[in-house]
Amino acid sequence: MGSEAMKITLKVWRQPNSKAEGKFETYQLDHVSPDMSFLEMFDVLNEQLIAEGGEPVAFDHDCREGICGMCSMFINGRPHGPKQAVTTCQLHMRSFKDGDTIVVEPWRAQSFPVIKDLTVDRSAFDRIIAAGGFVSVNTGNAVDANSILIPKDTADDAFAAATCIGCGACVAACKNSSAMLFVSAKVSQLALLPQGQAERENRVIAMVDQMDKEGFGSCTNTGACSAECPKEIDLSNIARMNREYVRAKLVSK
Amino acid sequence: MSNKLDSKIPAGPLAEKWTQYRSTVPLVNPANKRNLEVIVVGTGLAGASAAATLAELGYKVKAFCFQDSPRRAHSIAAQGGINAAKNYQNDGDSVYRLFYDTIKGGDYRAREGNVYRLAEVSVNIIDQCVAQGVPFAREYGGTLSNRSFGGTQVQRTFYAAGQTGQQLLLGAYSALERQVGLGNVKMYSRHEMLDVVTIEGKARGIIARNLVSGKLERHFGHAVLLCTGGYGNVFYLSTNAMGSNVTAAWKAHKKGAFFGNPCFTQIHPTCIPVSGHYQSKLTLMSESLRNDGRIWVPKQKDDKRHPNDIPEEERDYYLERRYPAFGNLVPRDIASRAAKERCDAGYGVGPSKMAVYLDFAYNLKNKYGRAEASKHGIENPDDATLIRLGREVVKEKYGNLFDMYKQITNEDPYEVPMRIYPAVHYTMGGLWVDYELMTTVPGLYALGEANFSDHGANRLGASALMQGLADGYFVIPYTVGSYLSKEIHTKPIDVNHEAFVEAEKAVQSRLDQFLNVKGTKTVESYHRELGLIMWNKCGMARSEEGLKEAIQEIRALREDFYKNVRVPGNQYEFNPELDKAGRVADFLELGELMCLDALDRNESCGGHFREEYQTEDGEALRDDEAYRYVAAWEYKGGNDWGLHKESLEYENIKIAQRSYK
Repeated sequence: MGSEAMKITLKVWRQPNSKAEGKFETYQLDHVSPDMSFLEMFDVLNEQLIAEGGEPVAFDHDCREGICGMCSMFINGRPHGPKQAVTTCQLHMRSFKDGDTIVVEPWRAQSFPVIKDLTVDRSAFDRIIAAGGFVSVNTGNAVDANSILIPKDTADDAFAAATCIGCGACVAACKNSSAMLFVSAKVSQLALLPQGQAERENRVIAMVDQMDKEGFGSCTNTGACSAECPKEIDLSNIARMNREYVRAKLVSK
Repeated sequence: MSNKLDSKIPAGPLAEKWTQYRSTVPLVNPANKRNLEVIVVGTGLAGASAAATLAELGYKVKAFCFQDSPRRAHSIAAQGGINAAKNYQNDGDSVYRLFYDTIKGGDYRAREGNVYRLAEVSVNIIDQCVAQGVPFAREYGGTLSNRSFGGTQVQRTFYAAGQTGQQLLLGAYSALERQVGLGNVKMYSRHEMLDVVTIEGKARGIIARNLVSGKLERHFGHAVLLCTGGYGNVFYLSTNAMGSNVTAAWKAHKKGAFFGNPCFTQIHPTCIPVSGHYQSKLTLMSESLRNDGRIWVPKQKDDKRHPNDIPEEERDYYLERRYPAFGNLVPRDIASRAAKERCDAGYGVGPSKMAVYLDFAYNLKNKYGRAEASKHGIENPDDATLIRLGREVVKEKYGNLFDMYKQITNEDPYEVPMRIYPAVHYTMGGLWVDYELMTTVPGLYALGEANFSDHGANRLGASALMQGLADGYFVIPYTVGSYLSKEIHTKPIDVNHEAFVEAEKAVQSRLDQFLNVKGTKTVESYHRELGLIMWNKCGMARSEEGLKEAIQEIRALREDFYKNVRVPGNQYEFNPELDKAGRVADFLELGELMCLDALDRNESCGGHFREEYQTEDGEALRDDEAYRYVAAWEYKGGNDWGLHKESLEYENIKIAQRSYK
């Protein structure tokens, strides 16, 4: 509150569309409040660009409270920037210093083609969920909710995996652009719960197959995905998915 | 009363209406369902659940969302929970009680029939979500956990930490994606609906714009479902997502769908206060925090002391003082007005003085700290131990909210009280629909927050998720059959039909208009200006004078927009500024209708507070004689609207002055 305005230099990736060549452009902002969010700084930049007759920077964003998973900036070499467990929209400028130069790129991954500037196409994630990230229960089929007793620890573990926001930071962080953390979070949630048992084997096989089809790379075991995940999805989910996959292959008919 | 409005509430006793309806509504056989196409616009709780369920039934579904994935819809941000009359806590809950609380909470401006149905199907929602693998919070014995929300005296709220909306939406999204995978739903992400196409008075499709290529597309449907959320962003600053908009509903309105109670907006009492002029949105702190957070301001005006230095006896816990029966858990409209009253009177806190404290210290230490100490057999625990133990419990209950608060304000709510102030959160108003959720345009439906139907003049906490899913999973799958059973002979209409061509032409000329102004002011600046007018004159307190001024100001702003707005780029590219221009242009029209509606309603009720109509102690003063109706506005072109009134009949509930004292 009432803190000094900062001067910030931004180097932003500009690319008109998926087919065009991209390049970095440099912008200067002189009155950045430390209480601003990173995206609000981009709002200010865009208003400035429009006023000057230029083209605003296209970036994805929606809820601006860290839950929709739409924002996706690669900031100084890290997805969602320097802070732990924070999405770009919840990153505030007080995390930077007066005079800083900040480099902003889109998610870099073959399976996430750039649409424009900092906006990428993450529809591959939807297709992976469509392949098996669900319990096949039509509306109206359910039994009374309390007839399925789930130990609190199990429910908590399933919930922890289910908090994934599908932003794709894990893919952007990985040098192989692997989607294992994203896929394993959904596989884990449903493998842990009794409701997920009927399709347990089919699910993991179908989702992994789709993941490979989308061109995501293999797991490197370096753990960058989990370290950079804004929701701190645990690396042990990947181990669980691997176990689930092997188990499914062994037990499948 | 208007003869154009038929709410189609089934006859018979309240508790049997829905059962009776379901048992007698015409059905569509499976073979015919395969030939019937349904368009679903919006993929939040209402849209995703409707699209998935209709596809399961065998209809051919096309679903649209403007975000990059259906999973992003703003339902995802709902925090606190979802109500259901399960009575798992054995604390006296029932379908009737949930129905009663909702009608009363809505200040007697909702329909009995709709609300009773909502309460009835609430129990099925929880079952369905659990079956899908939604990881609700549980007790050690494995049963589901509940908590309290405002305006009720039972614990009927189911939750998943502070991210219940996320978990419910991901459940509905996975059901939707399952149908996408099976080929029963065709999903159109990054598509925005820009008009409804009507032929011979019936909704027959939409014009949508592919937001990546910029091209316009024509889509036919035997029925069109708008599940496009609320219009709180008309205030610019709100807890809505940046993209939340009224465009789909507004286009429908201009094609003949009446707009119900547009002025009924919900100002949520517990949001993080505005910190600067660059502010793009406001962040909610869940109502569930009022279970354990106590709201107060200093008793002394303009008290500059740190909150932790203000002794207990010099604090005014004004909600507990004014409303002893419900205390901090009064409904949202009441809590918001009470906060405004204290701040306006000069007792506000924080740099802007437009905030009050939400303080967890008491319950952290005394409620949870002591309970934990006794659980662990610690006798005579000191304060430090109590705080340490209590902190763990509070962290488990509200951890993600506390983290979010700290990230935004740089203050630690475990150590100092949160500063909160009311902010626009939800719109009870929306497209007028009948019992079947059909608008006044045959074949055009509105579900979830996009319709006006269930919350009257004020929505109770944890009821939005309930309504969205009730409409999508359990209501529309039955009611749409009533219409589609008569459409089985309608062959898909060629999109080269002149109605489609004309509608597309109109959309095209509007896009050209935005791009051709080539003025100097940004779309954002207009939106901000509109928001200020709305907040100051059609916000928490409204007056005849202010509303009349607002209408003139909005008209002038709208005129200026079409003269001086600057929309960069062109149509045939990914152009978020162009998308935003269309949405803001629609808000500039909606704002006027909201003021008109607020001006018409010469009473105070729920979230609608007219300064001229209040009791001696500042409570809302309803006028049931004159205003016990739904205001359904018909668009007549230009600045002209006609008012139709749907009288609200209460056959089961005795209307009373709402009291939470």
